[in-house]
Amino acid sequence: MANVNAGHHDHHPDQEELRTFAFWIYLMTDVILFATLFATYIVLQGSTDGGPGPKDLFQMSGIYASTFILLTSSFTSGLAILAMNKGNRLALMNWLGVTVFLGASFLFLEINEFIHMVSEGATIGTSAFLTAFYTLVGTHGLHVTLGMGWMIIVIMQIAKHGITPVTKRKVNIISLFWHFLDVVWIFVFTIVYVMGVN
Amino acid sequence: MWESVKEFASEFFVTGDPLIYGADVSIVLSIIAVVSVLTYFKKWGWLWREWLTTVDHKKIGIMYILASVLMLFRGGVDALLMRAQLAMPEMQFLSGDHYNQIFTTHGVIMILFMAMPLMFGLFNVIVPLQLGARDVAFPFLNALSFWLFFSGAMLFNLSFVIGGSPDAGWLAYPPYSELAFNPGPGQDFYIWGIQISGIGSLMTGINFIVTILKVRAPGMTLMKMPMFSWSVLSSCIAIVFAFPILTVTLALLFIDRYLGGHFFTLDGGGNPMMYINLIWMWGHPEVYIIVLPAFGIFSEIVATFSRKKLFGYKSMVFAMIIISVLSFLVWAHHFFTMGSGADVNAFFAVTTMLIAIPTGVKVFNWLFTMFRGKITFETPMLWMVGIIPNFVIGGMTGVLLSVAPADFQYHNSYFLVAHFHQVIIAGVVFGFFAGLYYWWPKIFGFKLNERIGRWAFWLWNIGFYLCFMPQYALGLMGMTRRLYTYGWDKGWFEMNLVSTIGAVIMGAAFLVQIWDIAHSIKHMKRDTTGDPWNARTLEWSIPSPAPFYNFAVMPQVTSQDDWHERKLRIEQGLEKPAKVELEPIHMPKNSGIPIVMSMFWFFVGFGLIFDWLWMAVPGFIGVIACMVVHSFNYDTDYYVTVEEIKRTEAEAGRVIT
Ligand code: HEM
Ligand SMILES: [Cu+2]
Repeated sequence: MANVNAGHHDHHPDQEELRTFAFWIYLMTDVILFATLFATYIVLQGSTDGGPGPKDLFQMSGIYASTFILLTSSFTSGLAILAMNKGNRLALMNWLGVTVFLGASFLFLEINEFIHMVSEGATIGTSAFLTAFYTLVGTHGLHVTLGMGWMIIVIMQIAKHGITPVTKRKVNIISLFWHFLDVVWIFVFTIVYVMGVN
Repeated sequence: MWESVKEFASEFFVTGDPLIYGADVSIVLSIIAVVSVLTYFKKWGWLWREWLTTVDHKKIGIMYILASVLMLFRGGVDALLMRAQLAMPEMQFLSGDHYNQIFTTHGVIMILFMAMPLMFGLFNVIVPLQLGARDVAFPFLNALSFWLFFSGAMLFNLSFVIGGSPDAGWLAYPPYSELAFNPGPGQDFYIWGIQISGIGSLMTGINFIVTILKVRAPGMTLMKMPMFSWSVLSSCIAIVFAFPILTVTLALLFIDRYLGGHFFTLDGGGNPMMYINLIWMWGHPEVYIIVLPAFGIFSEIVATFSRKKLFGYKSMVFAMIIISVLSFLVWAHHFFTMGSGADVNAFFAVTTMLIAIPTGVKVFNWLFTMFRGKITFETPMLWMVGIIPNFVIGGMTGVLLSVAPADFQYHNSYFLVAHFHQVIIAGVVFGFFAGLYYWWPKIFGFKLNERIGRWAFWLWNIGFYLCFMPQYALGLMGMTRRLYTYGWDKGWFEMNLVSTIGAVIMGAAFLVQIWDIAHSIKHMKRDTTGDPWNARTLEWSIPSPAPFYNFAVMPQVTSQDDWHERKLRIEQGLEKPAKVELEPIHMPKNSGIPIVMSMFWFFVGFGLIFDWLWMAVPGFIGVIACMVVHSFNYDTDYYVTVEEIKRTEAEAGRVIT
């Protein structure tokens, strides 16, 4: 069993390890959160109450594009880690910046999709299906937004402090979070969109 | 202008009820009293530095316990009001609406704002000490959890005087909790009060899992860990799995109410049954979340006061893990009567009954620990022994309820009310009381008065049996729960009267306990040993109350009940008290961010309840700002010097050479 008290004076590396461990547990709670939302969505999928259903609403071309963008952003956050491990601060900041940009593009497409649907009369109050849809996809979008804000803060800290054990842990954690969002999106893509239109 | 102010005020403040005016007055008076006392004695700075910004787990624990005792008072007054209304047939004391509000707030407050914080209080003051650790893994997060709980609780309590209380039951089943049937702000107070404090609970769960798995004294393997810490670990694992479900469920209800969604409405394709499934997927594990630590407490107490090693340590651990897993597989026993079908009911009936097995194992282990022990009956042990019959009866009536066909008779009857109070009051709350009496000297440095403590014990127990035993019978006689009045023709009068008398006795017992505390403070005999019960685990190896850094030197653990073994070895001359070499201790700095951030959360909640975006949006910005400020702060810790450690230890009566 790892023990934080092993080295008295250099407390910090152990703190970083603790935080990473805690973050994994946090991610598990987020998995449960999304699992609950998915379950709700699956139960209510057919409850369109006479309103529009998945086939009437989803435009797959846009979805393919945003999926591609999000997958790419996961890749660029991986490149950021590589740059960090090489000690290349500038490249690290740049790749994180690119990741934020791709995240923003994803969000832009998502918001556009929502606006388009609402303009066709498919609002969150139209039917149980749409309530579940907006909630599930919207929660993912909210996570992406938070992740972006967080990444910007991490970039600022790297600019200020350079690559230290603390900033290193922060980069590792945010990229873990980002990959997690990617995995959730793959489920959204499959269960909501692909299975919805087929 | 004046007219519109008056109109606003009459909607905003709850008016027209003498009870509530009384509450208004007492709230205002107590605020004035607190503010003037603090100002008069110039204690604001002290309060801020020593308590409001503290990250010391022991102080946070004390604040949890204090808040929870206040909530016990409030929830208890609610209970007495209800019992007063039911004492006689055709009582006109409370109206039906008011009764609904009271049982709803009573249930919520007791479970979420009394039992949970009492439990977290004990986690906080004891677990790091038992593990031989200097602190929890994340002291800042710990403070934040406390303040989130506190703002959630305050928000919920405000509903009594502002806007109106929720009245849809402690689990707020739709469709009644939906906007169409329940437009007032009460239901939104429910959602945000619980949501905000629930986030705090979730973070506490994560914090203690990491603490227990990663921050133990050298040599303390998992199988040498004290049983209370094991129970906290299993409870926290259940928290981490259950609370996200609660978060989602409340959020979905909020979306229905606030954004016109249709998750659980009767129109638009919604499905109220889904809410009932979701809320019980949290709600059932929740009762095991609070009961497991009580099991841990009994295990500590029974070993200490029988002067024996706990019987069946491994089977205890195993039973605890099984219980926390099974607790997730039984939720549907709360709605056997709601059309799930025979197969589903059978599955959930069987899983429910299975829980009786590990629970039985634990009870037998406690009995075997006592067998041939040198038992002494100080108050903690008295409580422990008193609780065993409660668990046995509560467990047996639980098994009766779990028989699905029979549940069609018991469902939502007073039999159920008696059952869950038996396990929750007579098991969990009494269990936490036992823990409080046991650890009180460790927390505050003096013992509570034994004689008054015994009075409280007997009053609580007698009151309990008088109050709840008749309710089993009333349930079988057809009295249903949440009933606010009944006729003379039912034949329920005598039993209900006895039940109310029992409730009053429990109220008296509470007052006796408060008196016990006041009396013991006044006639304080400081405990100088640090180990007044001659106990077995590490928390007793340091002075009481523990210095802020807990252990001057990290203990090296070699066996289960390490402190007990060490005492034995020293007694037999096999070991000399270790010569110690002090080193500077690394400690976290206080922070004002947790309390400020929780205040902003309060604004978010309050704003959303009243649909005031001008308040909610800045509140939310404040929350984010606090997070950012904290993220940018790299100056979060400091070292305690060797001189200061020496001085502190000397003040506690220990000389370190
Ligand atoms: C101390 C003495 C207590 C008394 C006399 C008491 C009495 C009552 C009464 C009269 C009801 C309403 C039953 C009905 O009308 O259906 C009730 C409901 C309830 N009580 Fe207690 N109670 C006590 C303590 C507690 C404690 C310690 C807890 C939990 C930790 C608790 C949890 C609940 C819950 C969850 C409900 C159900 C609320 C609902 O129906 O939504 N009670 N109690
Ligand atoms: Cu249950």
